[in-house]
Amino acid sequence: MSIENVIRIENFKQQFGKFVVLENINLDVKKGEILGLLGPSGSGKTTLIKAIVGMSEPSLGSVYVLETKMPSLAVVSKIGYMAQSDALYEDLTALDNILFFASLYGMKGKFAKQRAIEVLELVLLQDEGKKLIKNFSGGMKRRLSLAIALVHKPEILILDEPTVGIDPVLRLQFWNEFERLRKEGVTIIITTHVMDEAEHCDRLALIRNGGIIAIGTPNELKEKSGESTVEGAFLYYGKEGEVKSI
Amino acid sequence: MRVLSIAKRLIKQLRGDKRSIALMFVAPVFVMYLLSAILTSATTTPNIAVISAPNAYVERLQSLANVTKPYNEKIALKNLNDKSIDAYIVFSDNKPKVTLEGADPSITSLVMNTLNKLSLSSTTQKPKINFLHGSMDMGAFDSMAPILMGFFIFFFVFLIAGVAFLRERISGTLDRILATPLKRWEIVLGYFLGFGSFVAIQTIILQIFSIYGLNVPMVGSFGAVLVINLVLASGSLALGTLLSAFARNEFQLFQFIPIVIVPQIMFSGIFDLRNAPAWAKILSKIFPMTYGAEALRDVMLRGKSLLDVKYDVLMLIGYALLFLILNTLALKKYRKA
Repeated sequence: MSIENVIRIENFKQQFGKFVVLENINLDVKKGEILGLLGPSGSGKTTLIKAIVGMSEPSLGSVYVLETKMPSLAVVSKIGYMAQSDALYEDLTALDNILFFASLYGMKGKFAKQRAIEVLELVLLQDEGKKLIKNFSGGMKRRLSLAIALVHKPEILILDEPTVGIDPVLRLQFWNEFERLRKEGVTIIITTHVMDEAEHCDRLALIRNGGIIAIGTPNELKEKSGESTVEGAFLYYGKEGEVKSI
Repeated sequence: MRVLSIAKRLIKQLRGDKRSIALMFVAPVFVMYLLSAILTSATTTPNIAVISAPNAYVERLQSLANVTKPYNEKIALKNLNDKSIDAYIVFSDNKPKVTLEGADPSITSLVMNTLNKLSLSSTTQKPKINFLHGSMDMGAFDSMAPILMGFFIFFFVFLIAGVAFLRERISGTLDRILATPLKRWEIVLGYFLGFGSFVAIQTIILQIFSIYGLNVPMVGSFGAVLVINLVLASGSLALGTLLSAFARNEFQLFQFIPIVIVPQIMFSGIFDLRNAPAWAKILSKIFPMTYGAEALRDVMLRGKSLLDVKYDVLMLIGYALLFLILNTLALKKYRKA
């Protein structure tokens, strides 16, 4: 495995009881790229992400992150994770939420506080730090979740539908931030079913029917399918129903 | 110290939740007060009607019971029926004939006790009665108070700990913190310490109220009772968080109460199990509450030291550890590593 591949998934299969969610998944993610996972709801995007984060063990095959087989607690501290639903403590303030998660990564004292304020500024919540989360709007919670994912300066960022419920202006700011992080060498995996977001990704993996039906840059996918949009390409590959790779 | 981070966070969260704090601190005290009011008032003097009796007999009876004198047996029977009297006495052939209502065993035994005392004081050879522990004045509440105190600590800690841990899972934050380098045992121990601090305060409040407020008999040391109560509370705290791992919502958690909590009080020594079937005795040995009740009674009523009840205390510590370990294993459901 070359150093370039930050994440390597081999022959991955995940099943719950008799129900197979994903099968025969092979995927390499290079350092500093933004990989978009595209697929309808229930296609298994979150399942794949949970295996990368180390919350689940694959039924078959293996997941390597930074050349370490997952699940591994040592590697988990190098991953920033933003879950699909906001997992925040409603009865704590925004700052306390960040500080709590920071402490789980071993950050403490002045250093932790400074970093917490830094990430709050990053998501434009610097004036809401002392507010309780139960008074936050949906978009504010999403922003705070992102701030928490970034607090320990992870090498890998895994974002499960980060822009759901967020207005277009803020979404643009999110993407600017993602692109800034990519320049710093952070690898980002992002799930979405917003097609125009998909255009921003370096590569896209289309997940459907329990497998990756296509993978490549947005332009490659469009050319190969003869469609003018990613959405068109997605529908084209979905019809074929077979796993293709470019 | 991730354990302390979790403990600190719990304390911060709970401090903002005034109602839960009120429930933790006030509810056990309130229930204990109600029980003491009911059980203490139950041991009053009986109401006895005398239809015909020698004057000397009536005088002696008056010192032990509230005596009334109805005109005839018919009125007495009516009074007995509407429970305004507990028994009536008719003398025939120089022997008292006593009629009781009889459906309430506690009143029956109260009347019988009174009449026994009466006949004892009439004999010349009055036996001198000594008590190894306790006294003639010890009422039902006094002998049960140590168990009840222990039980309410056990019950309220179970409730609060169970619901709090459940909330962490339902809100998705458990999943989220398991996506950090946090180890499973660190979560379990963090919860244990965070709630432990509140549980300790709760225990001290209830104990001070029971001993100084309700004046339950207490011949042992305050410190020894506190140690037993805290160990008992630890077991309950660990049990609450463990069982909440098997409940999908609050409703399912509460279903554990009749199965796991209620039998504990029934088998903990509040009822005499001497003549109970063997399975009931074995069952009582399984419940942690039994060891707590035994130790509390020994110290509070019989004045034993912590060293005398070390076996019970060790059992309680063992249970707490067992539940903590099982809880760590139960969390494997959420993350394998």
